[in-house]
Amino acid sequence: MNKIYGSAAEALDGLLFDGMFIASGGFGLCGIPELLLDAIKQAGTKDLTFASNNAGVDDFGIGILLQTKQVKKMISSYVGENKEFMRQYLSGELELEFNPQGTLAERMRAGGAGIPGFYTKTGVGTQVAEGKEHKDFNGETFILETGMFADLSIVKAWKADETGNLIFRKAARNFNPPAATCGKVCVVEVEEIVPTGSLDPDNIHLPGVYVHRIVQGEHEKRIEQRTVRSREDAQ
Amino acid sequence: MPWDRNQMAERAAQELEDGTYVNLGIGIPTLVSNYVGDKDITLQSENGMLGMGPFPFEGDEDPDLINAGKQTITELPRTAYFDSATSFGMIRGGKIAAAILGAMEVDENGDLANWMIPGKLVKGMGGAMDLVAGVQRVIVVMDHTNKAGETKVLKKCTLPLTGAAVVDRIITNLGVLDVVEGGLKIVELADGVTEADLRAATEATIV
Repeated sequence: MNKIYGSAAEALDGLLFDGMFIASGGFGLCGIPELLLDAIKQAGTKDLTFASNNAGVDDFGIGILLQTKQVKKMISSYVGENKEFMRQYLSGELELEFNPQGTLAERMRAGGAGIPGFYTKTGVGTQVAEGKEHKDFNGETFILETGMFADLSIVKAWKADETGNLIFRKAARNFNPPAATCGKVCVVEVEEIVPTGSLDPDNIHLPGVYVHRIVQGEHEKRIEQRTVRSREDAQ
Repeated sequence: MPWDRNQMAERAAQELEDGTYVNLGIGIPTLVSNYVGDKDITLQSENGMLGMGPFPFEGDEDPDLINAGKQTITELPRTAYFDSATSFGMIRGGKIAAAILGAMEVDENGDLANWMIPGKLVKGMGGAMDLVAGVQRVIVVMDHTNKAGETKVLKKCTLPLTGAAVVDRIITNLGVLDVVEGGLKIVELADGVTEADLRAATEATIV
């Protein structure tokens, strides 16, 4: 069972096809699978549908696939930081489906857990509820949302062991675990692959059963909103 | 004098109960954390963190440590990290005591609009719809009128909703209003603001 691949391109070999549905981890530019996105750009795969909380910025994250017009549709909760995204959306080149952030996360989690639909109160009485089944439980109204089943999951973790057990770091965990579970195949990029047995089994964030291929690489880890306080103010 | 941004944030901070978990939105709500005083409040950031600390000192920024506004932040001794599905599980599941959010419009039914202006650039609702649907108490903090001087406290919201009948309390530069049966009830007036001033700036029914 070798899950380790030498490069992002090798890790994606044989998995990409035009028109496919990809679930991606990350929040803003934090914890995004930047190496795998770059490899998808190099592969030139087209008409992609992405489920991803955000769409990156113009020159980083999913934004690089918008520049090359490889994306047909985005399923996201917030896409505010991307000018090329807005241009393509307003000109009708790009489809967009807004999901509330928690609904998007739960659609991924549900899909990965074999649950085809679930009821939520999020969005009741809003545009999000239009055309969806409504059902009352204990006097409160809920809407039916569907689990998500992707062709491929691409995620970023901090460390993996050789069997694919993963550990994420701080707030870079975000959408990565739910996104990892909802694809037929899950490819993970990590900062470090460590020997099997060196991670504490009680502290695995995502078990290797969800992980099919792993690649290690250098990450840029760009900061979107660098915000600091001065040491004087703190005194 | 109506309240300024900081005074609104200070007033909103009084709403927070000691020992609770709270989510603060972007803008004036973010300032609320400056006024919690001695209260033991744990801030939730919906991208996957409880126990959000202050902004880092220059040079200490960590790209793996951001809040829901994508800003670099720090952790505290109590901090816990988790994934987005777990994060919205605790929001939807009612474990978060309060959310303090900005708004474009609020109405007398407690409807809230704060995510979309049709015909203008649409950025998305982010986590706002989940928060207003799930947390125990929703507190809106906003200016009473928009830049054109028109009221934002309406009989019926005109913009696409973030949630229907979700708002509990509204804190504006003119005072504090509660959503009650039949309309809004004045709880408090800002210093120097009369009830007539507040009524004149409000379209919603005041009971």
